[in-house]
Amino acid sequence: MNETLVKARGLTKRFDDLLAVDAIDFDIAKGKAFGFLGPNGAGKTSTMKMISTVSPITEGEMSVFGLDPRTQGRQIRQRIGVVPQEDNLDVELTVSENLYVYGRYHDMSRPEIRERTKELLDFAQLSDRADSPVEPLSGGMKRRLTIARALINDPELVILDEPTTGLDPQARHLLWDRLYRLKQRGSTLIITTHYMDEAEQLCDRLVVMDKAKIVAEGSPRGLIEEYAPREVVELRFADGHKEDAESKLEGLASRYEVLADRVILYTDDADDTQRGVASRGLDPEQVLVRRSTLEDVFLRLTGRRLDD
Amino acid sequence: MTALRAPLRFFESQLVAYRRTWRGTVISSFLNPILFLTAMGLGVGSLVDDGAGDLEISYLAFVATGLMAANAMQNGAGEGMWPVRAGIKWRKNFHGAITTPIEPGDIIVGRAMWTLLRLTVVQTVFAVIAVLFGALELGPALLAVPPAALTGVAFMAALTAFTVTRETDESLANMFRFVILPMFLFSGTFFPISQLPGFLELIAYATPLFHGVELVRKIALPDIDPSVVSSMPLWIHLAYLVAMTVLGIYFGSKYLSRKLRP
Repeated sequence: MNETLVKARGLTKRFDDLLAVDAIDFDIAKGKAFGFLGPNGAGKTSTMKMISTVSPITEGEMSVFGLDPRTQGRQIRQRIGVVPQEDNLDVELTVSENLYVYGRYHDMSRPEIRERTKELLDFAQLSDRADSPVEPLSGGMKRRLTIARALINDPELVILDEPTTGLDPQARHLLWDRLYRLKQRGSTLIITTHYMDEAEQLCDRLVVMDKAKIVAEGSPRGLIEEYAPREVVELRFADGHKEDAESKLEGLASRYEVLADRVILYTDDADDTQRGVASRGLDPEQVLVRRSTLEDVFLRLTGRRLDD
Repeated sequence: MTALRAPLRFFESQLVAYRRTWRGTVISSFLNPILFLTAMGLGVGSLVDDGAGDLEISYLAFVATGLMAANAMQNGAGEGMWPVRAGIKWRKNFHGAITTPIEPGDIIVGRAMWTLLRLTVVQTVFAVIAVLFGALELGPALLAVPPAALTGVAFMAALTAFTVTRETDESLANMFRFVILPMFLFSGTFFPISQLPGFLELIAYATPLFHGVELVRKIALPDIDPSVVSSMPLWIHLAYLVAMTVLGIYFGSKYLSRKLRP
Protein backbone atom coordinates (compact mmCIF):
# COMPACT_ATOMS: atom_id res chain seq x y z
CA MET A 1 0.00 0.00 0.00
CA ASN A 2 1.45 3.36 -0.98
CA GLU A 3 1.22 5.83 1.85
CA THR A 4 0.88 9.46 0.76
CA LEU A 5 3.23 11.81 2.62
CA VAL A 6 2.33 15.06 0.93
CA LYS A 7 -1.02 15.83 -0.61
CA ALA A 8 -1.93 19.12 -2.26
CA ARG A 9 -5.22 20.25 -3.77
CA GLY A 10 -5.62 23.60 -5.46
CA LEU A 11 -2.36 24.75 -3.87
CA THR A 12 -1.83 28.42 -4.70
CA LYS A 13 0.80 31.01 -3.93
CA ARG A 14 0.42 34.65 -4.76
CA PHE A 15 2.88 37.47 -4.14
CA ASP A 16 1.01 40.75 -4.52
CA ASP A 17 0.24 40.71 -8.25
CA LEU A 18 2.36 37.70 -9.14
CA LEU A 19 0.75 34.28 -9.27
CA ALA A 20 3.68 31.96 -8.45
CA VAL A 21 1.77 28.71 -8.04
CA ASP A 22 -1.64 28.35 -9.65
CA ALA A 23 -3.97 25.81 -8.03
CA ILE A 24 -1.82 22.70 -8.43
CA ASP A 25 -2.66 19.17 -7.24
CA PHE A 26 -0.14 16.44 -6.43
CA ASP A 27 0.38 13.41 -4.21
CA ILE A 28 3.82 12.34 -3.07
CA ALA A 29 4.16 8.72 -2.04
CA LYS A 30 6.35 7.51 0.80
CA GLY A 31 9.72 6.08 -0.13
CA LYS A 32 9.78 7.55 -3.64
CA ALA A 33 11.75 10.30 -5.29
CA PHE A 34 9.33 12.88 -6.61
CA GLY A 35 10.52 15.55 -9.03
CA PHE A 36 9.35 19.01 -9.97
CA LEU A 37 10.79 19.72 -13.41
CA GLY A 38 10.50 23.12 -15.00
CA PRO A 39 12.34 26.25 -16.04
CA ASN A 40 13.33 28.99 -13.63
CA GLY A 41 10.30 30.91 -12.45
CA ALA A 42 7.87 28.03 -13.00
CA GLY A 43 6.87 27.99 -9.31
CA LYS A 44 8.99 25.05 -8.11
CA THR A 45 10.75 26.85 -5.28
CA SER A 46 7.54 28.47 -4.07
CA THR A 47 5.98 25.02 -3.92
CA MET A 48 8.97 23.65 -1.96
CA LYS A 49 8.75 26.53 0.49
CA MET A 50 5.09 25.87 1.11
CA ILE A 51 5.77 22.17 1.73
CA SER A 52 8.56 22.99 4.17
CA THR A 53 6.21 25.48 5.86
CA VAL A 54 8.49 28.48 5.42
CA SER A 55 6.09 30.23 3.07
CA PRO A 56 2.40 30.65 3.91
CA ILE A 57 -0.12 29.02 1.59
CA THR A 58 -2.26 31.63 -0.17
CA GLU A 59 -5.11 29.31 -1.10
CA GLY A 60 -5.91 25.64 -1.37
CA GLU A 61 -5.26 22.65 0.83
CA MET A 62 -2.14 20.72 1.68
CA SER A 63 -1.20 18.13 4.23
CA VAL A 64 2.31 16.93 5.09
CA PHE A 65 2.42 13.70 7.15
CA GLY A 66 -1.30 14.34 7.62
CA LEU A 67 -0.45 17.61 9.42
CA ASP A 68 -1.57 21.10 8.47
CA PRO A 69 1.31 23.40 7.42
CA ARG A 70 -0.75 26.42 8.44
CA THR A 71 -0.88 25.48 12.10
CA GLN A 72 1.54 22.62 12.64
CA GLY A 73 4.66 23.95 10.95
CA ARG A 74 6.95 23.18 13.85
CA GLN A 75 5.90 19.52 13.97
CA ILE A 76 6.28 19.18 10.21
CA ARG A 77 9.74 20.76 10.17
CA GLN A 78 10.80 18.42 12.96
CA ARG A 79 10.41 15.55 10.49
CA ILE A 80 11.82 17.01 7.28
CA GLY A 81 15.23 18.02 5.97
CA VAL A 82 15.63 20.98 3.63
CA VAL A 83 18.42 21.58 1.14
CA PRO A 84 17.81 25.12 -0.12
CA GLN A 85 18.65 26.30 -3.60
CA GLU A 86 21.22 28.72 -2.29
CA ASP A 87 23.77 27.40 0.20
CA ASN A 88 23.20 28.99 3.58
CA LEU A 89 25.83 27.20 5.61
CA ASP A 90 27.01 29.21 8.58
CA VAL A 91 30.41 30.50 7.50
CA GLU A 92 31.27 31.52 11.05
CA LEU A 93 31.21 27.87 12.11
CA THR A 94 33.25 24.79 11.24
CA VAL A 95 31.91 21.86 9.24
CA SER A 96 30.94 19.83 12.30
CA GLU A 97 29.62 22.86 14.18
CA ASN A 98 27.22 23.46 11.31
CA LEU A 99 25.80 20.00 11.95
CA TYR A 100 25.89 20.48 15.73
CA VAL A 101 23.86 23.67 15.64
CA TYR A 102 21.19 22.06 13.43
CA GLY A 103 21.06 19.04 15.70
CA ARG A 104 20.39 21.36 18.61
CA TYR A 105 17.72 23.23 16.65
CA HIS A 106 16.10 19.82 16.34
CA ASP A 107 16.40 19.35 20.09
CA MET A 108 18.76 16.37 19.79
CA SER A 109 21.09 15.45 22.65
CA ARG A 110 24.81 16.07 22.36
CA PRO A 111 25.84 12.36 22.25
CA GLU A 112 23.14 11.74 19.65
CA ILE A 113 24.50 14.56 17.50
CA ARG A 114 28.09 13.39 17.89
CA GLU A 115 27.24 9.93 16.64
CA ARG A 116 25.11 11.18 13.79
CA THR A 117 27.75 13.74 12.75
CA LYS A 118 30.29 10.98 12.34
CA GLU A 119 27.94 8.97 10.11
CA LEU A 120 26.90 11.97 8.05
CA LEU A 121 30.40 13.31 7.45
CA ASP A 122 31.29 9.87 6.30
CA PHE A 123 28.27 9.78 3.99
CA ALA A 124 29.12 13.24 2.65
CA GLN A 125 32.78 12.28 2.26
CA LEU A 126 33.85 15.14 4.48
CA SER A 127 35.25 13.24 7.48
CA ASP A 128 38.70 14.72 7.08
CA ARG A 129 37.19 18.23 7.00
CA ALA A 130 35.25 17.98 10.26
CA ASP A 131 37.08 20.83 11.98
CA SER A 132 37.76 22.95 8.94
CA PRO A 133 35.96 26.22 8.35
CA VAL A 134 33.23 26.22 5.71
CA GLU A 135 34.54 28.99 3.51
CA PRO A 136 37.44 27.19 1.77
CA LEU A 137 35.30 24.17 0.81
CA SER A 138 34.57 23.65 -2.89
CA GLY A 139 31.05 24.12 -4.25
CA GLY A 140 30.46 20.36 -4.33
CA MET A 141 31.67 19.93 -0.75
CA LYS A 142 29.45 22.74 0.46
CA ARG A 143 26.47 21.15 -1.24
CA ARG A 144 27.24 17.77 0.34
CA LEU A 145 27.59 19.44 3.73
CA THR A 146 24.24 21.17 3.20
CA ILE A 147 22.71 17.78 2.44
CA ALA A 148 24.38 16.23 5.51
CA ARG A 149 23.01 19.07 7.59
CA ALA A 150 19.52 18.44 6.26
CA LEU A 151 19.83 14.79 7.32
CA ILE A 152 20.91 15.46 10.92
CA ASN A 153 17.44 14.74 12.32
CA ASP A 154 17.03 11.55 10.26
CA PRO A 155 14.14 13.10 8.33
CA GLU A 156 11.30 11.11 6.82
CA LEU A 157 11.15 13.55 3.93
CA VAL A 158 14.07 15.38 2.30
CA ILE A 159 13.37 18.42 0.13
CA LEU A 160 16.12 19.34 -2.33
CA ASP A 161 15.72 22.55 -4.30
CA GLU A 162 17.97 22.50 -7.37
CA PRO A 163 20.55 20.29 -5.63
CA THR A 164 23.18 20.35 -8.38
CA THR A 165 22.75 23.78 -9.94
CA GLY A 166 26.11 25.46 -10.36
CA LEU A 167 28.20 22.31 -9.85
CA ASP A 168 30.70 20.89 -12.30
CA PRO A 169 29.83 17.52 -13.92
CA GLN A 170 32.04 15.47 -11.61
CA ALA A 171 30.58 17.05 -8.47
CA ARG A 172 27.09 16.48 -9.88
CA HIS A 173 27.68 12.80 -10.42
CA LEU A 174 29.06 12.40 -6.92
CA LEU A 175 26.01 14.13 -5.54
CA TRP A 176 23.62 12.00 -7.59
CA ASP A 177 25.33 8.94 -6.21
CA ARG A 178 24.73 10.17 -2.64
CA LEU A 179 21.10 10.98 -3.40
CA TYR A 180 20.64 7.59 -5.00
CA ARG A 181 21.90 5.98 -1.79
CA LEU A 182 19.50 8.01 0.25
CA LYS A 183 16.69 6.76 -1.92
CA GLN A 184 17.83 3.17 -1.48
CA ARG A 185 17.66 3.62 2.26
CA GLY A 186 13.97 4.35 1.85
CA SER A 187 13.95 8.12 2.30
CA THR A 188 11.29 10.07 0.48
CA LEU A 189 12.87 12.74 -1.69
CA ILE A 190 11.36 15.80 -3.32
CA ILE A 191 13.67 17.26 -5.93
CA THR A 192 13.26 20.33 -8.05
CA THR A 193 15.43 20.70 -11.07
CA HIS A 194 15.66 22.24 -14.49
CA TYR A 195 18.05 19.53 -15.61
CA MET A 196 16.20 16.77 -17.45
CA ASP A 197 19.04 14.30 -16.96
CA GLU A 198 18.84 14.84 -13.23
CA ALA A 199 15.11 14.22 -13.24
CA GLU A 200 15.53 11.09 -15.39
CA GLN A 201 18.26 9.72 -13.17
CA LEU A 202 16.74 10.34 -9.78
CA CYS A 203 12.99 10.60 -9.98
CA ASP A 204 10.48 7.79 -9.81
CA ARG A 205 7.71 10.18 -10.59
CA LEU A 206 7.63 13.77 -11.63
CA VAL A 207 5.47 16.67 -12.56
CA VAL A 208 6.39 19.17 -15.25
CA MET A 209 5.70 22.73 -14.18
CA ASP A 210 5.41 25.72 -16.42
CA LYS A 211 4.08 29.19 -15.67
CA ALA A 212 2.83 28.28 -12.19
CA LYS A 213 0.89 25.24 -13.37
CA ILE A 214 1.49 21.51 -13.62
CA VAL A 215 1.36 20.60 -17.30
CA ALA A 216 2.06 16.87 -17.09
CA GLU A 217 2.64 14.12 -14.57
CA GLY A 218 4.10 10.64 -14.75
CA SER A 219 7.29 8.60 -14.57
CA PRO A 220 10.22 9.93 -16.63
CA ARG A 221 9.95 7.04 -19.10
CA GLY A 222 6.17 7.23 -19.20
CA LEU A 223 6.21 10.94 -19.97
CA ILE A 224 8.68 10.44 -22.79
CA GLU A 225 6.60 7.66 -24.28
CA GLU A 226 3.43 9.67 -23.96
CA TYR A 227 4.63 13.00 -25.27
CA ALA A 228 7.58 12.30 -27.54
CA PRO A 229 8.17 9.74 -30.34
CA ARG A 230 11.01 7.37 -29.61
CA GLU A 231 13.80 8.99 -31.55
CA VAL A 232 15.04 12.43 -32.41
CA VAL A 233 17.00 13.67 -35.40
CA GLU A 234 18.58 17.07 -34.87
CA LEU A 235 19.72 19.06 -37.91
CA ARG A 236 22.00 22.08 -37.87
CA PHE A 237 22.26 24.23 -40.97
CA ALA A 238 24.81 26.72 -42.17
CA ASP A 239 23.76 30.38 -41.88
CA GLY A 240 20.82 31.19 -44.10
CA HIS A 241 20.05 27.61 -45.09
CA LYS A 242 17.65 26.88 -42.25
CA GLU A 243 14.85 29.07 -43.62
CA ASP A 244 15.22 27.36 -46.97
CA ALA A 245 15.02 23.93 -45.35
CA GLU A 246 11.89 24.76 -43.33
CA SER A 247 9.66 24.46 -46.36
CA LYS A 248 10.82 20.91 -47.04
CA LEU A 249 10.29 19.46 -43.59
CA GLU A 250 6.58 18.65 -43.81
CA GLY A 251 5.93 14.90 -43.69
CA LEU A 252 9.49 13.91 -42.89
CA ALA A 253 8.74 13.04 -39.27
CA SER A 254 5.72 12.75 -37.03
CA ARG A 255 6.46 16.24 -35.67
CA TYR A 256 9.14 18.88 -35.89
CA GLU A 257 10.28 21.98 -34.03
CA VAL A 258 12.34 24.79 -35.51
CA LEU A 259 14.61 26.29 -32.86
CA ALA A 260 16.96 29.24 -33.12
CA ASP A 261 20.03 27.10 -33.70
CA ARG A 262 18.64 23.85 -35.08
CA VAL A 263 15.67 21.83 -36.32
CA ILE A 264 14.39 18.92 -34.28
CA LEU A 265 12.55 16.05 -35.97
CA TYR A 266 10.59 13.58 -33.82
CA THR A 267 10.24 10.17 -35.36
CA ASP A 268 9.71 6.49 -34.63
CA ASP A 269 12.36 5.51 -37.17
CA ALA A 270 15.44 7.69 -37.33
CA ASP A 271 16.99 5.85 -40.27
CA ASP A 272 13.94 6.36 -42.39
CA THR A 273 13.84 10.06 -41.49
CA GLN A 274 17.52 10.51 -42.33
CA ARG A 275 16.96 8.94 -45.73
CA GLY A 276 14.11 11.37 -46.23
CA VAL A 277 16.37 14.30 -45.34
CA ALA A 278 18.86 13.22 -47.99
CA SER A 279 16.28 12.50 -50.71
CA ARG A 280 14.66 15.92 -50.32
CA GLY A 281 17.97 17.60 -50.95
CA LEU A 282 18.31 19.07 -47.47
CA ASP A 283 21.93 19.70 -46.72
CA PRO A 284 22.48 20.04 -42.98
CA GLU A 285 25.96 20.81 -41.66
CA GLN A 286 25.46 18.43 -38.80
CA VAL A 287 23.06 15.57 -38.02
CA LEU A 288 22.57 14.16 -34.55
CA VAL A 289 20.43 11.12 -33.79
CA ARG A 290 19.40 10.44 -30.19
CA ARG A 291 16.69 9.04 -28.00
CA SER A 292 13.92 11.33 -26.79
CA THR A 293 14.45 12.92 -23.39
CA LEU A 294 12.40 14.89 -20.93
CA GLU A 295 13.72 17.99 -22.64
CA ASP A 296 11.69 16.98 -25.70
CA VAL A 297 8.66 16.39 -23.52
CA PHE A 298 9.04 19.86 -22.13
CA LEU A 299 9.47 21.36 -25.57
CA ARG A 300 6.36 19.57 -26.74
CA LEU A 301 4.29 20.69 -23.78
CA THR A 302 5.35 24.31 -23.65
CA GLY A 303 6.90 25.11 -27.00
CA ARG A 304 10.00 26.31 -25.17
CA ARG A 305 13.26 24.81 -24.03
CA LEU A 306 13.94 24.24 -20.35
CA ASP A 307 16.89 26.57 -20.15
CA ASP A 308 15.18 29.44 -22.00
CA MET B 1 9.70 26.25 30.20
CA THR B 2 8.71 24.48 27.02
CA ALA B 3 7.98 27.87 25.45
CA LEU B 4 11.60 28.84 26.04
CA ARG B 5 13.04 25.61 24.71
CA ALA B 6 13.34 26.64 21.06
CA PRO B 7 14.69 30.15 21.90
CA LEU B 8 17.28 28.46 24.13
CA ARG B 9 18.39 26.36 21.18
CA PHE B 10 18.95 29.46 19.12
CA PHE B 11 20.68 31.14 22.07
CA GLU B 12 23.03 28.16 22.14
CA SER B 13 23.93 28.62 18.48
CA GLN B 14 25.00 32.17 19.36
CA LEU B 15 27.35 30.76 21.98
CA VAL B 16 28.85 28.32 19.49
CA ALA B 17 29.52 31.15 17.04
CA TYR B 18 30.87 33.40 19.80
CA ARG B 19 33.57 30.86 20.56
CA ARG B 20 35.04 31.91 17.23
CA THR B 21 34.54 35.65 17.46
CA TRP B 22 35.03 36.56 21.13
CA ARG B 23 38.59 37.82 20.70
CA GLY B 24 37.42 40.73 18.62
CA THR B 25 34.91 41.89 21.23
CA VAL B 26 36.97 41.36 24.35
CA ILE B 27 39.35 44.21 23.61
CA SER B 28 36.55 46.72 23.18
CA SER B 29 34.87 45.48 26.36
CA PHE B 30 37.96 46.36 28.38
CA LEU B 31 39.14 49.31 26.40
CA ASN B 32 35.92 51.31 26.19
CA PRO B 33 35.41 51.67 29.94
CA ILE B 34 39.07 52.47 30.53
CA LEU B 35 39.15 55.15 27.83
CA PHE B 36 35.88 56.73 28.85
CA LEU B 37 36.61 56.71 32.56
CA THR B 38 40.04 58.16 31.97
CA ALA B 39 38.87 60.94 29.66
CA MET B 40 35.56 61.85 31.23
CA GLY B 41 36.08 60.92 34.80
CA LEU B 42 39.66 61.75 35.58
CA GLY B 43 40.09 64.50 33.00
CA VAL B 44 36.81 66.37 32.94
CA GLY B 45 35.88 65.15 36.38
CA SER B 46 38.83 66.81 38.12
CA LEU B 47 37.69 70.16 36.74
CA VAL B 48 34.06 69.60 37.62
CA ASP B 49 34.67 68.41 41.15
CA ASP B 50 37.05 71.28 41.88
CA GLY B 51 34.72 73.90 40.50
CA ALA B 52 31.42 72.81 41.94
CA GLY B 53 31.85 70.78 45.07
CA ASP B 54 28.16 70.70 45.89
CA LEU B 55 27.58 67.13 44.59
CA GLU B 56 26.95 64.54 47.25
CA ILE B 57 28.87 62.08 45.15
CA SER B 58 31.91 62.60 42.95
CA TYR B 59 31.47 63.47 39.29
CA LEU B 60 33.37 60.29 38.58
CA ALA B 61 30.63 58.21 40.20
CA PHE B 62 27.96 60.22 38.39
CA VAL B 63 29.57 59.72 35.01
CA ALA B 64 30.57 56.07 35.63
CA THR B 65 26.94 55.08 36.22
CA GLY B 66 25.88 57.08 33.18
CA LEU B 67 28.55 55.47 31.07
CA MET B 68 27.49 51.98 32.12
CA ALA B 69 24.00 52.62 30.78
CA ALA B 70 25.35 54.34 27.66
CA ASN B 71 27.86 51.58 26.99
CA ALA B 72 25.09 49.00 27.36
CA MET B 73 23.02 51.02 24.89
CA GLN B 74 25.80 50.99 22.31
CA ASN B 75 26.47 47.28 22.69
CA GLY B 76 22.78 46.45 22.75
CA ALA B 77 22.08 48.60 19.69
CA GLY B 78 24.95 46.88 17.90
CA GLU B 79 23.48 43.46 18.77
CA GLY B 80 20.13 44.61 17.41
CA MET B 81 21.57 45.73 14.11
CA TRP B 82 24.58 43.96 12.60
CA PRO B 83 23.97 40.33 13.61
CA VAL B 84 20.33 40.73 12.55
CA ARG B 85 21.34 42.16 9.21
CA ALA B 86 23.86 39.33 8.85
CA GLY B 87 21.30 36.68 9.77
CA ILE B 88 18.96 37.92 7.06
CA LYS B 89 21.36 39.06 4.36
CA TRP B 90 25.04 38.20 4.76
CA ARG B 91 25.46 35.11 6.90
CA LYS B 92 21.87 33.98 6.25
CA ASN B 93 21.80 31.81 9.34
CA PHE B 94 18.24 32.95 10.11
CA HIS B 95 17.05 31.50 6.79
CA GLY B 96 18.58 28.16 7.66
CA ALA B 97 17.24 28.08 11.20
CA ILE B 98 13.61 28.52 10.15
CA THR B 99 13.71 25.33 8.07
CA THR B 100 14.10 23.50 11.39
CA PRO B 101 11.57 23.62 14.25
CA ILE B 102 12.90 27.12 15.12
CA GLU B 103 10.37 29.93 14.50
CA PRO B 104 11.28 33.56 13.70
CA GLY B 105 10.10 34.57 17.18
CA ASP B 106 12.48 32.00 18.72
CA ILE B 107 15.35 33.68 16.90
CA ILE B 108 14.50 37.06 18.41
CA VAL B 109 13.94 35.75 21.93
CA GLY B 110 17.09 33.64 21.70
CA ARG B 111 19.04 36.69 20.61
CA ALA B 112 17.60 38.72 23.49
CA MET B 113 18.80 36.00 25.89
CA TRP B 114 22.21 36.08 24.29
CA THR B 115 22.34 39.89 24.49
CA LEU B 116 21.36 39.75 28.17
CA LEU B 117 24.18 37.31 28.90
CA ARG B 118 26.74 39.22 26.91
CA LEU B 119 25.80 42.57 28.42
CA THR B 120 25.86 41.15 31.92
CA VAL B 121 29.44 40.05 31.34
CA VAL B 122 30.47 43.28 29.61
CA GLN B 123 28.85 45.45 32.30
CA THR B 124 30.44 43.42 35.08
CA VAL B 125 33.81 44.06 33.49
CA PHE B 126 32.90 47.74 33.29
CA ALA B 127 31.84 47.73 36.96
CA VAL B 128 35.11 46.16 38.09
CA ILE B 129 37.12 48.69 36.09
CA ALA B 130 35.05 51.51 37.60
CA VAL B 131 35.93 50.15 41.03
CA LEU B 132 39.62 50.01 40.14
CA PHE B 133 39.41 53.63 39.00
CA GLY B 134 37.94 54.55 42.35
CA ALA B 135 34.80 55.77 40.61
CA LEU B 136 32.41 53.46 42.45
CA GLU B 137 32.37 51.25 45.52
CA LEU B 138 32.10 47.54 44.72
CA GLY B 139 28.50 47.21 45.97
CA PRO B 140 27.05 50.08 43.93
CA ALA B 141 29.10 49.03 40.92
CA LEU B 142 27.62 45.54 40.93
CA LEU B 143 24.12 46.90 41.59
CA ALA B 144 24.49 48.92 38.41
CA VAL B 145 25.00 45.82 36.26
CA PRO B 146 21.41 44.50 35.97
CA PRO B 147 19.74 47.83 35.14
CA ALA B 148 22.50 48.59 32.64
CA ALA B 149 22.06 45.17 31.02
CA LEU B 150 18.29 45.76 30.83
CA THR B 151 18.94 49.07 29.09
CA GLY B 152 21.07 47.26 26.50
CA VAL B 153 18.49 44.53 25.92
CA ALA B 154 15.76 47.16 25.41
CA PHE B 155 17.86 48.77 22.69
CA MET B 156 18.67 45.42 21.14
CA ALA B 157 14.96 44.54 20.96
CA ALA B 158 13.84 47.87 19.50
CA LEU B 159 16.66 48.02 16.97
CA THR B 160 16.06 44.43 15.90
CA ALA B 161 12.54 45.41 14.91
CA PHE B 162 13.96 48.47 13.12
CA THR B 163 16.70 46.54 11.32
CA VAL B 164 14.35 43.85 10.04
CA THR B 165 12.29 46.46 8.24
CA ARG B 166 15.28 48.26 6.64
CA GLU B 167 16.57 47.36 3.22
CA THR B 168 19.83 49.33 3.16
CA ASP B 169 22.89 49.17 5.36
CA GLU B 170 23.07 52.93 5.25
CA SER B 171 19.92 53.25 7.33
CA LEU B 172 21.69 51.30 10.07
CA ALA B 173 24.73 53.56 9.96
CA ASN B 174 22.41 56.58 10.07
CA MET B 175 20.64 55.13 13.07
CA PHE B 176 23.94 55.18 14.91
CA ARG B 177 24.91 58.62 13.64
CA PHE B 178 21.66 60.48 14.15
CA VAL B 179 19.94 58.65 16.99
CA ILE B 180 22.35 56.64 19.13
CA LEU B 181 25.20 59.15 19.22
CA PRO B 182 23.08 62.23 20.07
CA MET B 183 21.34 60.16 22.73
CA PHE B 184 24.72 59.23 24.14
CA LEU B 185 25.62 62.91 24.44
CA PHE B 186 22.33 64.43 25.57
CA SER B 187 20.47 61.88 27.69
CA GLY B 188 22.08 62.53 31.04
CA THR B 189 25.21 60.42 30.70
CA PHE B 190 27.61 63.31 31.30
CA PHE B 191 25.43 65.98 32.92
CA PRO B 192 21.93 66.23 34.40
CA ILE B 193 19.41 66.88 31.64
CA SER B 194 17.94 69.70 33.71
CA GLN B 195 20.82 71.74 32.34
CA LEU B 196 19.45 71.43 28.80
CA PRO B 197 17.30 74.24 27.38
CA GLY B 198 13.59 73.63 27.98
CA PHE B 199 12.49 71.83 24.82
CA LEU B 200 15.64 69.71 24.63
CA GLU B 201 15.08 68.68 28.21
CA LEU B 202 11.62 67.49 27.27
CA ILE B 203 13.01 65.48 24.36
CA ALA B 204 15.65 63.99 26.63
CA TYR B 205 12.94 62.83 29.03
CA ALA B 206 11.41 60.80 26.26
CA THR B 207 14.60 59.02 25.21
CA PRO B 208 15.18 55.46 26.35
CA LEU B 209 18.77 56.14 27.33
CA PHE B 210 17.63 58.77 29.82
CA HIS B 211 15.52 56.12 31.57
CA GLY B 212 18.41 53.66 31.46
CA VAL B 213 20.84 56.17 32.94
CA GLU B 214 18.38 57.20 35.66
CA LEU B 215 17.57 53.60 36.52
CA VAL B 216 21.25 52.72 36.88
CA ARG B 217 22.00 55.81 38.97
CA LYS B 218 19.03 55.52 41.28
CA ILE B 219 19.70 51.84 41.94
CA ALA B 220 23.47 52.07 42.30
CA LEU B 221 23.62 55.42 44.10
CA PRO B 222 20.49 55.71 46.25
CA ASP B 223 22.00 58.63 48.23
CA ILE B 224 22.64 60.71 45.13
CA ASP B 225 21.89 64.44 45.35
CA PRO B 226 18.25 64.75 44.17
CA SER B 227 19.14 67.82 42.13
CA VAL B 228 21.24 65.81 39.66
CA VAL B 229 18.55 63.20 38.90
CA SER B 230 14.91 63.54 37.93
CA SER B 231 12.11 63.27 40.44
CA MET B 232 10.48 60.39 38.50
CA PRO B 233 9.92 57.25 40.53
CA LEU B 234 12.06 54.23 39.76
CA TRP B 235 9.20 52.18 38.37
CA ILE B 236 8.62 54.56 35.48
CA HIS B 237 12.16 53.99 34.22
CA LEU B 238 11.80 50.28 34.70
CA ALA B 239 8.40 50.15 33.00
CA TYR B 240 9.72 52.19 30.06
CA LEU B 241 12.61 49.80 29.43
CA VAL B 242 10.54 46.65 29.94
CA ALA B 243 7.86 47.94 27.58
CA MET B 244 10.52 48.78 25.00
CA THR B 245 11.92 45.25 25.29
CA VAL B 246 8.54 43.56 25.02
CA LEU B 247 7.35 45.70 22.10
CA GLY B 248 10.69 45.29 20.35
CA ILE B 249 10.51 41.52 20.63
CA TYR B 250 6.85 41.46 19.60
CA PHE B 251 7.24 43.62 16.50
CA GLY B 252 10.67 42.20 15.73
CA SER B 253 9.18 38.70 15.62
CA LYS B 254 6.27 39.83 13.51
CA TYR B 255 8.42 41.68 10.97
CA LEU B 256 11.03 38.93 10.86
CA SER B 257 8.36 36.37 10.17
CA ARG B 258 7.12 38.45 7.23
CA LYS B 259 10.66 38.88 5.99
CA LEU B 260 11.78 35.26 6.24
CA ARG B 261 8.49 33.69 5.22
CA PRO B 262 7.25 35.73 2.30
